[in-house]
Amino acid sequence: MSVLVYIESEEGKIKKAGLEVASYAKAVAEKMSASVTAITFNAEETSELGKYGVEKVLKVSNDKLAKFNAEAYSDAIKQAAEKEGSSVVVVSQSANAKYLAPLLAVQMEAGYASNVVGVPESTEPFTVKRNAFSNKAFSFTKIATDKKIIGLAKNAFGLVESNASASEEAFSPNLDAHDFDVEVQSVDKATDKVTIADAEIVVSGGRGLKGPENWGMIEEMADILGAATACSKPVSDMGWRPHSEHVGQTGKPVASNLYIAVGISGAIQHLAGINAAKTKVVINNDPDAPFFKAADYGVVGDAFEVVPKLNEKLKEFKEKNA
Amino acid sequence: MKILVCISHVPDTTSKINFTDDNTKFDTNGVQFVINPNDEFGLTRAMWFKEKQGATVDVINVGGAETEPTLRKALAIGADSAIRVNTEAKDGFQVAKELANVVKDGGYDLVIAGRESIDYNGGMVPGMLAQMIKANFVNNCIGLEIEGDKATATREIDGGKETLSTALPLVIGGQKGLVEESDLKIPNMRGIMQARKKPLNVMEPANAASATEAVKFEKPAPKGEVKLIDPDNLDELINLLHNEAKVI
Repeated sequence: MSVLVYIESEEGKIKKAGLEVASYAKAVAEKMSASVTAITFNAEETSELGKYGVEKVLKVSNDKLAKFNAEAYSDAIKQAAEKEGSSVVVVSQSANAKYLAPLLAVQMEAGYASNVVGVPESTEPFTVKRNAFSNKAFSFTKIATDKKIIGLAKNAFGLVESNASASEEAFSPNLDAHDFDVEVQSVDKATDKVTIADAEIVVSGGRGLKGPENWGMIEEMADILGAATACSKPVSDMGWRPHSEHVGQTGKPVASNLYIAVGISGAIQHLAGINAAKTKVVINNDPDAPFFKAADYGVVGDAFEVVPKLNEKLKEFKEKNA
Repeated sequence: MKILVCISHVPDTTSKINFTDDNTKFDTNGVQFVINPNDEFGLTRAMWFKEKQGATVDVINVGGAETEPTLRKALAIGADSAIRVNTEAKDGFQVAKELANVVKDGGYDLVIAGRESIDYNGGMVPGMLAQMIKANFVNNCIGLEIEGDKATATREIDGGKETLSTALPLVIGGQKGLVEESDLKIPNMRGIMQARKKPLNVMEPANAASATEAVKFEKPAPKGEVKLIDPDNLDELINLLHNEAKVI
């Protein structure tokens, strides 16, 4: 028996989130005395998966799957699960994984638990802890079906090394015409920027920054820290920053290790989007801003004085610790 | 074009989250319920199709009688009729099966559901429904145009967006971007009056089984006090981030 894990890659390279789900799949497999099989799509180098507990890699190489295709990928994963006798499939919670998981669940007649934050509390019954209520509570969810799909919340488990070495096997799933009924016409992606979904650190600005012309210092901090930039809802509504940077209930969720909020007061809808971030720093000149109640560290001060000073100190720190 | 919009009845964003019955049930006491925000974007986009291209719009919810005010609100916004499937589902799988049961006989060209509800955050109903009824599916949909039986959809991906082409029947998991928040429709008095006369049909469930069940809830441990750092001592902040939080 094996736990099957879907490993995402981009331009042939395995994504870091792929190593995290592999680490997690290994932990689940240990609880079930099972092994870990990974499935990849057009990934080139997959040997590093062994370092994260994968014993076997099913490599799908197919030009027709060069672009992500939820229907075809889920069809392939289902066939891989059948071939390997996998009763548990682990996926990440990237936009793509969230797209295919419900399709896969129906195909496999499997219960699907999304936003899972830890290894199963028990395997008989199979119970996992997951985020619910916009990260304001946890739900302990029992998956009652024989087959199970787990969507691991971003950054919920981390990377755990183990001593396996992964064998490789070419895998050619049977795909049918219906798998290609939704066709990608174009992809518009900023490739040189860290995305909010992938970032370990997110630096975010709010209305307190007074205008789009003042974002230079936010971008500078993001550059120093290798972080993604983000913003609050009013900022994207006013067009100071693109909508893709809007963090909150109706915007993007953040699950980074560090979230630095500058000039954001902390409306409840914003906090709903950043509850899963591990460490929160708030810089605001209003000591009564609600965000201070949600933050781990706070600086009460004028962003236009604090941020440039902090950037200088972060630069020095980075140089010393490079 | 015949459109079905799936409406989830969820606690208002500002609600305090508490549980009762030994932490096994969500405490609805004092909680205001609203249309799930992701569904609201979809409902407004459906209204746009109705006004610009001609469509009938039904709304549906799987839930008890207490969800009817939320369906009435959707009718007041402009939906033509509402359906309530009279059961309290345990998970998204069950909801999707109940919806599929209605959709298969309804002749819908387009089904719009929010990408996820803000209460249980399962993010599974639209995709599961699409798979069950063998319709095409686009998730995280932030733009949708329909011409004849062809659809062009834009979806959000990590770090960007992509444009897809497909055909009806189509199910989408929608979100902000389908319409802007400033364009969301608010019921006016005329709409509220009309909504009273519009049909709200209660259907008995197909008694689909759930695949998962929330057995217990837990709130995160209370957070410690914020550590305030003097703006003239930012070295201390860096020290804490490096040595205490270990995030830089």
